[in-house]
Amino acid sequence: MTDLLTKVSPQLQRRHASETRLQWYGRLAIVLSLGFLVIMAATIAWQASGALRQTYVALEVDLSEDNVDPQNLAGASYGKIVKAALRDRFPDVKKRRDKRKLYGLVSPDAGLELARQVAADPAMLGGKPKLWFLASDDIGLLHSGQVDAASDESERRVSDKEIAWFTSLENDGDAAARFNWLFFSNGDSREPELAGIFSALMGSVLSLAVCFVLSFPIGVLAAIYLEEFAPKGRISDLIEININNLAAVPSIVFGLLGLAIFLNTFGLPRSTPLVGGMVLSLMTLPTIIIASRASLRGVPPSIREAALGIGASQVQATFHHVAPLALPGMFTGAIVGMARALGDTAPLLMIGMVAFIVDAPSSILEPATALPVQIFLWADSPERAFMEKASAAIIVLLVFLVVMNLAAIILRKRYERRF
Amino acid sequence: MDSTHIVSAFDEDLGQIEAQLLEMAGLVEIQIADAAEALAKRDAELGGKVRSKDKRVDELENEIDNLAVNLLALRQPMAEDLRRVVSTLKVSANLERIGDYANNVAKRTTVLAQEQPIGSSANTIKRMCKLTQDMLHDVLQAYMARDLAVAEEVRDRDEEVDQLHNSLFRELLTYMMEDPRNITACMHLLFVAKNVERIGDHITGIAEQVHYMISGKMPSDDRRKGDVTSYISIDSDGETKASVS
Amino acid sequence: MSAYALARDQSGVSADEAAMTREPYIVARNVNVFYGDKQALHNIELDIEANQVTSLIGPSGCGKTTFLHCLNRMNDLIDICRVEGDIRIDGQDIYDPAVDVVSLRAHVGMVFQKPNPFPKPIFENVAYGPRIHGLTRSKSELADLVELSLKRAGLWDEVSDRLDQPGTGLSGGQQQRLCIARAIAVQPKIILMDEPCSALDPIATARIEELMDELRNNFTIIIVTHSMQQAARVSQRTAFFHMGELVESGVTQQIFTAPEDERTQNYITGRIG
Repeated sequence: MTDLLTKVSPQLQRRHASETRLQWYGRLAIVLSLGFLVIMAATIAWQASGALRQTYVALEVDLSEDNVDPQNLAGASYGKIVKAALRDRFPDVKKRRDKRKLYGLVSPDAGLELARQVAADPAMLGGKPKLWFLASDDIGLLHSGQVDAASDESERRVSDKEIAWFTSLENDGDAAARFNWLFFSNGDSREPELAGIFSALMGSVLSLAVCFVLSFPIGVLAAIYLEEFAPKGRISDLIEININNLAAVPSIVFGLLGLAIFLNTFGLPRSTPLVGGMVLSLMTLPTIIIASRASLRGVPPSIREAALGIGASQVQATFHHVAPLALPGMFTGAIVGMARALGDTAPLLMIGMVAFIVDAPSSILEPATALPVQIFLWADSPERAFMEKASAAIIVLLVFLVVMNLAAIILRKRYERRF
Repeated sequence: MDSTHIVSAFDEDLGQIEAQLLEMAGLVEIQIADAAEALAKRDAELGGKVRSKDKRVDELENEIDNLAVNLLALRQPMAEDLRRVVSTLKVSANLERIGDYANNVAKRTTVLAQEQPIGSSANTIKRMCKLTQDMLHDVLQAYMARDLAVAEEVRDRDEEVDQLHNSLFRELLTYMMEDPRNITACMHLLFVAKNVERIGDHITGIAEQVHYMISGKMPSDDRRKGDVTSYISIDSDGETKASVS
Repeated sequence: MSAYALARDQSGVSADEAAMTREPYIVARNVNVFYGDKQALHNIELDIEANQVTSLIGPSGCGKTTFLHCLNRMNDLIDICRVEGDIRIDGQDIYDPAVDVVSLRAHVGMVFQKPNPFPKPIFENVAYGPRIHGLTRSKSELADLVELSLKRAGLWDEVSDRLDQPGTGLSGGQQQRLCIARAIAVQPKIILMDEPCSALDPIATARIEELMDELRNNFTIIIVTHSMQQAARVSQRTAFFHMGELVESGVTQQIFTAPEDERTQNYITGRIG
């Protein structure tokens, strides 16, 4: 026995060495892939950070009776009040061009903003309150330090004068950065500072809802039929092969299909969540069918036999016993399919959900856009600030995907039975 | 059975029990032969040898009992194997009794050697013993070869032993009536004859066990009861008669 | 009265002897079963008596389980399986196209080798069958039937206080008794058992064997078993299958002490050749 313990054969050493090497390769692989993941996440987060902060400036507005008639709040020209406030703040600005630039310090929607604030708090009327207004996107970039003040003026979007005005505001404590709640409550806009994902989100949610309602029942029932009732033979093998292939088809093909059939042949309204959902359900159906079939196969035949043995019919055995046990797996498959559908842009582009939609759709028949499409549009536009928004929207999308996948994992862990 | 058990240890166990039985049978055969010889030659020393063998025969019976019980508990034999084990148990009991009878015969040699020989009784007894010896030998052959026919035939041969016993009984009765001084010798001779007749019966029992082991049924016909000595009496003329119809 | 006379008096004509004189309950003639091109059973001819336990024995692959599955048409579930011949239960040909397989399986219950209770509450396990067959008219009737079935299966005392707990939480022996309760709740006439004790420990096995003896008063039981000792213990009649043929069938006591066919002898004594 001591022989065994003391003898160290070279073969044994080689074996140990190769095992250690393998472990290091594994660790290296993990580090590399995690590293790429971390870099990607950090880049996006860094870019998005700008979008989640918004710069506000404080101005004293004159809400005396001359400007605002208390009986007719809507009738006042709030834009002019804001401009007057700016002029009061910087009385040195005389030239017309400079004045235009001055007015450009705040967002073009400032007037609307003022109107909203007055309507919300009429007690302010008659006085000269100091209110906060959203700064324009360029000022926002300046505030977040993304404008190089040292560079040549012609190479920047923000002129020296604007920098000076803003610095003055900053020194007086009239500039502040706040969290960009508007990002989540506004729809799309030409002005980056006003752009939000709300309408895109609603579009996505409605499309997904339509997709789920269409694909889950059909997919699950198809899987049950194919697995439990269909006669086994060449035809069912053929169907299985085709479904597997469909799951790998590029999604744009489904978009083309949707365009040709749903829009052209059936004449359904384009760019609506209804059609978007239908196209997405075409995409998701194979995934659900495959996952459901696998889940059904995972139910041991002894359960089926037991049910049939006491005289249940095929239908009763399937729906009372087999399908309920397979349901967790089916839901997992559905969630994974939905997650994929959430992030898929190409088919939606084909059916026209690429328009500039400001308002969130209130039904599935109204034109809408979807979150991935919104990201695409923003990333495509020239303004720097839109890039930030795109990154922020990507983060939102990723958060949803992670949450959905986590839900799938938790569901699976909780309800999966070990037979 | 020429096929073997899948679990070879089972065959070994059965073989062991059979070997013990054959050893026992061999010893008993010698016991009968020696007892007959001792009687004929009036050799008390030979009679002593028979008694010493009896101890070994009893030992063997115990060993066979133990082996059989173990086999039943551990192997759960079925069908032919079960019948074999059960009949081996009974056969060994029969053999042990036969050994005891042979022993008993040998014991009486000492006394009989001192008495006068009675007619041709010694020869008759010798003949009876030879018959039973052959029967025992043949029935063991039938056991080993699983020969049903031989077992049947051995069973029938007991009748001859019984007939010899009947005639010896009558003869000894007459001798005893003639001369009271013969009584001692005749009494012992009577017992000896009875013992040999019982040996014959026990061998018949063994034959029936062999029949059961091979066929699964006991023989359907009753034993031939050739022994009528229970009914023999002396009538008024001094003639022996058997009052059995 | 002497003990001997008493014993004679009470036995009279045993139920087993009486059974011999009745018409057999299940009659199989010329049964041939094919899996595709391979023939699994050759010309099986077997009679099975009512209210008795009949055991089917034989080496692996001899066709005894196939034959058992013919009796409740579980073979129908296998596409490549083809059953020819005549199998009659109580005079009715069970392969007649007019026979509804679902109601046949209510008439002929089955207990499987590995206990397979539904992953549902114990009550549900037993109640499912009667419910789908509409055997009871009210909830209390159903509850009574569940209680009766569990009592008959010898499980009531152990589970009466936890009927809402899943059936899969019981021990192996209890699970098998639950499966038996489930089978008898449907009130079948025949219970088929496919090696019911092979996954159980000796005590659980003994309980189920005792149960079989009690059940045979009300049901006809056919059991496939690998254990000859079990067949010897529980059955009144035994049939020996070998390579798809029915080699010998007869009274259990006869088969195990003095079988007629050498193949039977070889199998039960554990011999090759």
